[in-house]
Amino acid sequence: MSLPAAVPMTVHARGCNELPVLRERGQREVFCGLTGIVWLHRKIQDAFFLVVGSRTCAHLLQSAAGVMIFAEPRFATAILQERDLAGLADCNEELDRIVHELLARRPEIATLFLVGSCPSEVIKLDLGKAAERLSQAHRGRVRVLNYSGSGIETTFTQGEDNCLKALVEELPTAEPTMRSLLVLGTLADVVEDQFARMFQQLGIQSVQFLPPRQAGDLPAVGQGTLILPAQPFLGETVRALIGRGARLIEAPYPLGAEGTFAWIQAAAQAFGVTDERLRLATARPMERARSALARFRDTLAGKRISFLPDSQLEIPLARFLQRECGMQPVEVGTPFFDRQLLAGELPLLPDNLRLSEGQDVDLQLDRVRSDRPDLTVCGLGLANPLEAEGLRTKWSIELVFSPIHGFDQAADLAELFARPLVRCERLAV
Amino acid sequence: MQLTLWTYEGPPHVGAMRIATSMRDVHYVLHAPQGDTYADLLFTMIERRDRRPPVTYTTFQARDLGGSTADLVTTTLRDAYERFRPQAMLVGESCTAELIQDQPGALALGMDLPVPVIPLELPSYSKKENWGASETFYHLVRGLLAGAAPEPGYQRPVRPQGQPPLANILGPSALGFRCRDDVQEIKRLLSSLGVDVNVVAPESASPADLLRLPVADFNICLYPEIARTTCAWLARTFAQPTVTTVPIGVGATRDFLFEVGEVSGVDVSQVLDGEGSRLPWYSRSVDSTYLTGKRVFIFGDASHALAAARIANEELGFNVVGLGSYSRESAREVRAAATQLGIEALITDDYLAVEQQVEALQPELVLGTQMERHIAKRLGLPCAVISAPFHVQDCPARYSPQMGFEGANVIFDGWVHPLMMGLEEHLLNMFRGDFEFHEDAAPSHLNNGLERPAAPAQLEEQTADVPVPGEPCWAPEASTELHKIPFFVRGKARRNTERYAAERGLATITIETLYDAKAHFGR
Ligand code: SF4
Repeated sequence: MSLPAAVPMTVHARGCNELPVLRERGQREVFCGLTGIVWLHRKIQDAFFLVVGSRTCAHLLQSAAGVMIFAEPRFATAILQERDLAGLADCNEELDRIVHELLARRPEIATLFLVGSCPSEVIKLDLGKAAERLSQAHRGRVRVLNYSGSGIETTFTQGEDNCLKALVEELPTAEPTMRSLLVLGTLADVVEDQFARMFQQLGIQSVQFLPPRQAGDLPAVGQGTLILPAQPFLGETVRALIGRGARLIEAPYPLGAEGTFAWIQAAAQAFGVTDERLRLATARPMERARSALARFRDTLAGKRISFLPDSQLEIPLARFLQRECGMQPVEVGTPFFDRQLLAGELPLLPDNLRLSEGQDVDLQLDRVRSDRPDLTVCGLGLANPLEAEGLRTKWSIELVFSPIHGFDQAADLAELFARPLVRCERLAV
Repeated sequence: MQLTLWTYEGPPHVGAMRIATSMRDVHYVLHAPQGDTYADLLFTMIERRDRRPPVTYTTFQARDLGGSTADLVTTTLRDAYERFRPQAMLVGESCTAELIQDQPGALALGMDLPVPVIPLELPSYSKKENWGASETFYHLVRGLLAGAAPEPGYQRPVRPQGQPPLANILGPSALGFRCRDDVQEIKRLLSSLGVDVNVVAPESASPADLLRLPVADFNICLYPEIARTTCAWLARTFAQPTVTTVPIGVGATRDFLFEVGEVSGVDVSQVLDGEGSRLPWYSRSVDSTYLTGKRVFIFGDASHALAAARIANEELGFNVVGLGSYSRESAREVRAAATQLGIEALITDDYLAVEQQVEALQPELVLGTQMERHIAKRLGLPCAVISAPFHVQDCPARYSPQMGFEGANVIFDGWVHPLMMGLEEHLLNMFRGDFEFHEDAAPSHLNNGLERPAAPAQLEEQTADVPVPGEPCWAPEASTELHKIPFFVRGKARRNTERYAAERGLATITIETLYDAKAHFGR
């Protein structure tokens, strides 16, 4: 078997400042950061997420969790009632009461996140203080942390960013000479294990993941820590880690064969792994990913795709679909641009791409209707209405709930986009 | 503060969205942060609606606070009016906007929009979805019709001879349980009586249609949770009587027809004597003998729970062992119905309290909402969904009303299907412990075999044969005997026997103890 050379990449000599971006500030049709709880609580198995909010917040969580509703989940909402709004003192007392009850009910919980919402922020309920107070009260039993998932501060995936940022403050300090790789962002366990094996093969000794599967297993961070984000929406966490001395590895995200290779390559280079060793470790999975991807090329190549802003994964996904599947991105909308985190992606984007930041959903839908792309990636509220207008759609939330990172998931990722098109072909009614 | 895992009802503004989404040519401007736009998916995903709900959200952010949020309201209102050109606009706020007190309703009224504007004040921290829907419908109807109200003391003119009576059907709405098909069934019934339908609202009605409401001779309050307040106002203002029977079940449908006859003066005897529903015969046929005394747990909104209790008791011969509702507004009626059945009603919106009761009662059938379906699934109990909130699979493609005679047919099938079939159950009781025909097997006509055996096993685990100090322990042969008891009553048998033994200070439970306890508690 011949070994592939390092991936040839067409890289545009261009900074992101030169990309024309359409900025919109109208109605956003995006979930708030509370939604992250739906996957975070599956990942961190001994953590409980207590939203301090309203009935709306509870309803959002259960609607987003949808069919995942089962048994007793490790999240809940402390719903503010009329009398809680009368005075903050009582509000804090009530919160303490609820936390005591909860911890009595759930002895297995080791970390409790108090998650702020719009209402708790507007009434200025200080969950930071509450977390300190409750940590004291339950010392030795549970660690209480807090972050904001509110819709006035965060969109969809930013909730995870805030959650991980809260964990960064808890990370022990590593010796400055201790070199380690910190992979950032919730990944399916199976993907995490694949990456761990890969880095092991490359001889990178110390590899850690944040969030960990058990909230107690926190990685240490220090000047020798190199951060490799697996998700493009963790800017605040990255900056908090940099604040603790860590350094950021700039790379595209591990979506698709090319993206995964470039991501691993960036880590390998940072750790001084030889090209030969990198090629040896990546050749087979890379080949596997490429041939698996080839099956979807016929379906996807030449098809036009638009992204409505949602998960913040839009830019890396558009890059993957364009470069590896031959799709033509029409408009790529993203809730916000984080230049620092997208630095590895932007040079890989085509020149004629229409990028938009923020949203004005009615205007954006007007553009979708006039562009008539073959596929539109959008939230659940918009999908059926667009289908009814004869436009094929892909729900963006599935991209956050499915294992899509890494070589062996590259074809699964392509398949998620191919499926609505294949289905459309098949249906004769 | 109230600790909540799952909620039966959303916030009151979601109720308002249900009214707006039901109707045509209404637009709702909601002062709310971006996350609240999740509510769109309730309609587009659960009900597969092919249009976005007619709702524009201001999606204000933290950086707008303390400055421009009020401007955002007026700009949003103006843009939404220009784009959608509705006949009427609803203006309101969600929980967060309620706290910042921009008073979008007042702002909207000050804008001189060229269409009626109905401001909504729906207190999010004390009220819930159904209340919000009811208030919204009421304010919309009243807002549009108050100007047309006759003088107090107004008497309706007598309907001219030969002119068929005219009825409004009020209450069917988006995300209401089986509303689409119920309306069709009720329309069919009315037409068989020679009663014409004037307006159905809110579902499919426009504000112009609402203006025609007073023309009808009477109102049918099909879903009291949504329409009771509106019907009461129409009765007071336009002297329109209200038909209040909810026609779910054979008996209730007959009562409904009778009430329509009384209110409209038409002769309903022919329809009452007509073919009706197949439920009575199906229920009397010998195959259904096995349904007798099946222990059933019922939970849902008040209307559907009450109707289910009556059907279960009078029309299927079940024993209602639990009855409850999350509709606090109708707690009194539910309590009264429960008392009649000799049980205590469970009025709660706490999912865990419901789960606890189901677990304690170990019913043979659970009739409930989406939540109870999950409870039943976890406990390995048969279940049918009878009330909102429901999930996408309970919004079927086929015609499946709950109301009227056809509704009763649908209910018979829907509730009996999850159960073991008669003969199958007998064989099961005879050959307990048979290696392939054992009690943990799913009913042979249901292919949920993967779920069923797992669940009882889980239950068993929780009460596994681990001796607890001071409590009686099971002798191995008694334990084996216990496993020959059908799984759906096994939990109860275990608890009863343990209680029996504990009360008598027995250290060991033998086969004798098991049967002594059985005789003691009877069934
Ligand atoms: S946007 Fe705010 S109020 Fe709405 S669900 Fe999210 S946190 Fe709760």
